[in-house]
Amino acid sequence: MNIAVLALQGAFIEHEQMLQRLGVETFEIRQLRDWQHPKDGLILPGGESTVQMRLLSQLGLLEPIRQAIIGGLPVFGTCAGMILLSADHLGTMDFRVRRNAYGRQLGSFHTIHHVEGIGDEVPMTFIRAPYIEEVLSGDCQVMAEVDGHIVAARQGRQMATAFHPELDEDTRLHQYFIDIVKKTAV
Amino acid sequence: MTNNRQDLNRQLAQMLKGGVIMDVTTPEQARIAEEAGACAVMALERIPADIRAAGGVSRMSDPKMIRGIQEAVSIPVMAKCRIGHIAEAQILQAIEIDYIDESEVLSPADNIYHIDKTKFDVPFVCGAKNLGEALRRIAEGATMIRTKGEPGTGDVVQAVSHMRLMQSEIRRLVSMSEDELFEAAKQLQAPYELVRFVHENGKLPVVNFAAGGVATPADAALMMQLGAEGVFVGSGIFKSGNPAKRAAAIVQAVTNYQDAKLLAELSEDLGEAMVGINEQEIELLMAERGK
Repeated sequence: MNIAVLALQGAFIEHEQMLQRLGVETFEIRQLRDWQHPKDGLILPGGESTVQMRLLSQLGLLEPIRQAIIGGLPVFGTCAGMILLSADHLGTMDFRVRRNAYGRQLGSFHTIHHVEGIGDEVPMTFIRAPYIEEVLSGDCQVMAEVDGHIVAARQGRQMATAFHPELDEDTRLHQYFIDIVKKTAV
Repeated sequence: MTNNRQDLNRQLAQMLKGGVIMDVTTPEQARIAEEAGACAVMALERIPADIRAAGGVSRMSDPKMIRGIQEAVSIPVMAKCRIGHIAEAQILQAIEIDYIDESEVLSPADNIYHIDKTKFDVPFVCGAKNLGEALRRIAEGATMIRTKGEPGTGDVVQAVSHMRLMQSEIRRLVSMSEDELFEAAKQLQAPYELVRFVHENGKLPVVNFAAGGVATPADAALMMQLGAEGVFVGSGIFKSGNPAKRAAAIVQAVTNYQDAKLLAELSEDLGEAMVGINEQEIELLMAERGK
């Protein structure tokens, strides 16, 4: 199994380290030619979504990535990655997000919460985070709600979290994604 | 709770990695920077080149001006306070700034003490010329480090020497035996626990950016190749002929800093770079402020 990690800007190394700890090989996507490598899944990391969107389109990566996800490539987006997957950006997941939903850095926080399909006491680190404002179709399943706001969702082989599992020690969400990738490969 | 905030503040810096933080003086410039792909902006009344030219005492910017920039963009907004100026930092925290730069670019308010940054909820970035300075700032609560460079000169030489020195000091610590670390801490004038962290992990416990004198995509790529995790660009953008184009080119250069062919394309037709002053021509070495 080889998982591509979008490495244009942000906390992509943290995802690579997490996946490597789980025994999965990773490689970085920095430009179009990296995208030609065979891959079983894709991670869209945290960072600044405006920067990542701009670089995706300048480097000609936006449409190939969109087509691959529509074609069934498993994808996991965290924070900025969740914004990229939302209706107003790549548009492959059926939800709308509110950016910087918790305000500025003083609004960043850490909590522990239940996640559907994962279990209890999942650590959640929110850094200038978004949340899902509106789910647009029944295909998109809510995985977690914190204080009445949706912060994790799954739609087929796509999953997204408003928080950063790559910053905490708990590997369950990455393992969950790896399991989706394994089922896809079969 | 203090520790929790420190973690969250270090983690915000992690999200900025691989990005470019740009100095802006107006909401209009902030929008240009965001549009060009800045991962954050530094709001200040005068960019370092003009601070250098104007001389005199340089202070925190007008909060109203900073607010204007906060309203103009959705990316994080940083602002500078003077070294040791606790009250300026409190004011910046009150307007919910995303990151405070306790900066040698402004006139120092205290010749001995830096701010005790552990007392604040908002994060701080501080400059450092070497590993000892970096670890002292981290001990005081800085959650992000940058080289000091020599701001406002367009001359990258100082940023290069700071980054090279820091990296070689890190490699030296890594190669030491455990019983040598106590003496190393003494020589670095830094806490033993932080020295030990660097020995075990081969890196600072916080994100480390390059700053000072970066003016071209090639400068940015150079700093990334030397081990910077991202780049601050101050005067280099809005003192140049075509700020929007240069800013976008520097952003791309930071992502693909190892692809010389792409860097060649990015370096084409950027218009005039900032004029710059050589290291030997300047009278005031800002990097010598605050050790």
